[in-house]
Amino acid sequence: MNQSLTHLPEEASESPCAKVVLIGVSTGGLKALCAILPALPADFPWPVLIVQHQHPDADDYLAQLLNEQCQIKIKQSDEKERIRPGTGYLAPANYHLLLEEDLTLSLSLDPPVNFSRPAVDVLFESAVDAMGQNCIGIILTGANKDGAKGLAEINHAGGTTVVQNPAQAVATAMPLAAMALITPDHILNLQEIGSWLVEHAKTHKEEI
Amino acid sequence: MDREATTIEIDLLLEAIFRKYGYDFRDYARASLKRRLRHRMSQEKIQSYSEMQHNLLYNTAFFDRLLESLSVSVTEMFRDPNVYRILRESVIPILNKRPLLKVWHAGCCTGEEVYSMAILLHEADLLNRTQIYATDFNQKSLNSAKKSCFHKSKIRNFSENYQHSGGTNSLLDYVTMQGDYAYIADSLKTQILFTDHNLATDWAFGEMDLIFCRNVLIYFNKTLQSRVVKLFQESLAPAGFICLGHKETLEFLDSEDKFKEIESNSRIYKVKQYQVNQ
Ligand SMILES: C[S@@+](CC[C@H](N)C(=O)[O-])C[C@H]1O[C@@H](n2cnc3c(N)ncnc32)[C@H](O)[C@@H]1O
Repeated sequence: MNQSLTHLPEEASESPCAKVVLIGVSTGGLKALCAILPALPADFPWPVLIVQHQHPDADDYLAQLLNEQCQIKIKQSDEKERIRPGTGYLAPANYHLLLEEDLTLSLSLDPPVNFSRPAVDVLFESAVDAMGQNCIGIILTGANKDGAKGLAEINHAGGTTVVQNPAQAVATAMPLAAMALITPDHILNLQEIGSWLVEHAKTHKEEI
Repeated sequence: MDREATTIEIDLLLEAIFRKYGYDFRDYARASLKRRLRHRMSQEKIQSYSEMQHNLLYNTAFFDRLLESLSVSVTEMFRDPNVYRILRESVIPILNKRPLLKVWHAGCCTGEEVYSMAILLHEADLLNRTQIYATDFNQKSLNSAKKSCFHKSKIRNFSENYQHSGGTNSLLDYVTMQGDYAYIADSLKTQILFTDHNLATDWAFGEMDLIFCRNVLIYFNKTLQSRVVKLFQESLAPAGFICLGHKETLEFLDSEDKFKEIESNSRIYKVKQYQVNQ
């Protein structure tokens, strides 16, 4: 059964998830996420999927903390959960997070990628398979190169790419690695990313 | 890239595997399956799923390598120690009242989980009245499970897990060192039977008091998850238990109302017993 037919681009405008926001972040992540996610209003029209590198034993403290500070709901991803607008889904520690074509989430214990599990590349590449040009990929501060390849795939699929201004990042390696592979559509300071997303969502709505 | 065409190519590839070799991956969760296929493709320097299909149909050795990639052989002793602690404290005392026990590890991989349970049963003085069935569809993993050894580099992690699970001895009491490997003590192995069993195509197993199926269901789509949970229902003794992986639940499946999680987030479920007139 071809479930992907339910969200072909033509139909995307009516679909509850016309686009998906994907965030990859490592060192300095908590501060970075706190600068972005609280800016999103409760009725933000798209789901936000987040890979933050964490210690394998970490619990869902990060999700709880962010949830308290945000208007959108933030939670740790559950297996087979359907993604919804106005909700942020964090990858659980020690599992890869992937997006399926039927817009449900799946988790895997496959070996680490770029020494990371969860890995940003794994999420981004699966999201490209599921949503193609409707992916908005954002790479933030981090001290490795995870996410660069995934962001490049979003770019090749015609999606939108954003990289945190490396001059301002706590750790520059992740933004720089991404910029070595592609020229992102936007290079933004942390404080600008939330409002850019809100603006982008508004413009998108007006175009419909 | 034409996504619809890719989906068709993958469907056909999985159909080819099923018809030629009997392994059914058609209802596996697609996103991670695709990643593993692509990984194999790049290892084999193959350009397309169709080329891969041709290779696997005519080259058994190629298929064996692909099968290796598709079964995710990662495991640990006492992985998620808290689960083993709950087993010690809340499940074993109940099992202790039963005269003979049957435990099934479905998707046992290279055996680490099975030996962990054997240690728990031994410490509760239950091992000699327990029959443990340990199954996997990956013959290579089963062979290495039977060898029952692990590299010494893993000892530290496994020992920490053991301690966190409430173990009061030392994990080293249960192994003998030979060169770079730690070998599980023979006394822990006598009650274990390792056999080939595919959850996607094979059928139920006799009356189990406890079924472990940890970190296997996450690889299946809902259709296959439901099939497997039904298979477990048929394989469970009355008031039997199922122990799932840390991020797996019965919550999204139809069978949910037939099971009760014994402690929230423990991922250990007990078959609900319906009130029978005494
Ligand atoms: C990630 S490992 C989990 C091992 C162990 N249960 C644990 O939690 O540490 C997944 C295992 O499931 C096995 N598996 C996958 N599909 C299977 C199937 N259809 N039938 C039986 N075993 C399967 C794989 O071969 C692998 O050993």
